[in-house]
Amino acid sequence: MSRVFKKPEKWSIYRQRIFEEVQNLGYASIGLVSIVSGFMGAVLTIQLAYNIDSPLIPTYTVGLGVRDSLLLEFSPTIISIILAGKIGSSIAGEIGTMRVTDQIDALDIMGVNSTNYLVGPKMIAAMICNPFIVIMSMILGIFGGYIAGILTGEVPGSMFIYGIQYWFQPFYITYALIKTVVFAVIITTVPAYFGYHAKGGALEVGKASTVSVVYSIVIVLIFNLMLTQMLLQ
Amino acid sequence: MIEVKGINKSFGEHHVLKNIDAQFHKGQVNIIIGQSGSGKTVLTKCMVGLHEVDSGSITYDGRDFTSMSFKDKKEIRQDIGMLFQGGALFDSMTVEANVMFPLSMFTDNTTAERKERAQFCLERVNLPNAAQLYPSELSGGMKKRVAIARAIAMNPRYLFCDEPNSGLDPKTGLVIDQLIQEITEEFDITTIVITHDMNSVIEIGENINFIYKGEKWWEGSKEEILRTDNQEVVDFVYASKFMKKVRADLAK
Repeated sequence: MSRVFKKPEKWSIYRQRIFEEVQNLGYASIGLVSIVSGFMGAVLTIQLAYNIDSPLIPTYTVGLGVRDSLLLEFSPTIISIILAGKIGSSIAGEIGTMRVTDQIDALDIMGVNSTNYLVGPKMIAAMICNPFIVIMSMILGIFGGYIAGILTGEVPGSMFIYGIQYWFQPFYITYALIKTVVFAVIITTVPAYFGYHAKGGALEVGKASTVSVVYSIVIVLIFNLMLTQMLLQ
Repeated sequence: MIEVKGINKSFGEHHVLKNIDAQFHKGQVNIIIGQSGSGKTVLTKCMVGLHEVDSGSITYDGRDFTSMSFKDKKEIRQDIGMLFQGGALFDSMTVEANVMFPLSMFTDNTTAERKERAQFCLERVNLPNAAQLYPSELSGGMKKRVAIARAIAMNPRYLFCDEPNSGLDPKTGLVIDQLIQEITEEFDITTIVITHDMNSVIEIGENINFIYKGEKWWEGSKEEILRTDNQEVVDFVYASKFMKKVRADLAK
């Protein structure tokens, strides 16, 4: 792990690698995250509206509930878990294949710090991209909920907008972004570790990829609990 | 010249290399042969620093590689070119980018200079028109040649080739062997070839080291290996019926 943070052989190449990884890990995830977030926001709205079926509870509570669910848990944690599956398997597969085909040995023999060259840019790219992706997820989730509320007639648009503004805590955004950055480190380094230490052939790389996603998700959940306790107490 | 002295290497209980001494000479194709599992590849990986040795020393032209700092090892490694069994080309890069890679990493040359050097190396391995292809578009022999081009891009002083003609037909294998020999003479480098292939040994071998069960068992020239009485070497060299017939003819 310490080798990831060593000074790169050449900063210009390192920068270029970060841009490539922003493209591979960040830009390529936007479609999936958009679809999942929009639909989850819509489902949350319908479920909340269905469960809050009391004249004593105001309708805007649906907007408030959707906002808090998305900001506190769904966007930072569930989206990170989805990304762990998408980019985690990709990272473990890529690095694992490089390992079993001697490409990592080739880098090492040339005198390139392979860990730094392969893992560092992925980690930095995810730390840069994931907060934007999570903010996008929050916006699209709320938008999906708004549309669902109007289309089903359960929550009038004005009530939903009032609800998402009601008793807003800006710290929730900070909290979500702190979690996202920590999770970005986990979902890139854990699969990279499993890929880097893969041995054998295609079967072992496939296994490393699967195991790395499982470990990433479990570690994300553990850190989620720890961070929630630390940040919200 | 590369010199190894008293190299020992174990993986757990398995003692893979046992007190190996060898010298690999400059301007020559030095061959390491031996059965599968005899320790040839482990020896080479120790020599290039991919494995740490348990004891012994490896010197590159008098510079002790085993006791060097990581930083000094990096400098030596920039003098090393390595041709892997499968080529180990970077899949995501074009042939040109593969050959330019070490130049981009370790030189301050302009892009034009790097491209020019890459083209020179590709022409040297007879692939002048492959620059924009990807490794997946190349045949096995072409991949090996691109790997040689990448290995020589930095003007290495030492070239390691791990089974350079495995998986190739005899004719293409011969082309790769001849290329390795030409490059060794042309650039006056210390070349070490690991192989099972007796065709390669006879074609390009100048200084041959036979490894048997982790020990250096025999050393000599290609003329000597054909006439040796060392039983383990004879069993290896004359394993096939055809080679047994060759040995019988040589004896006459």
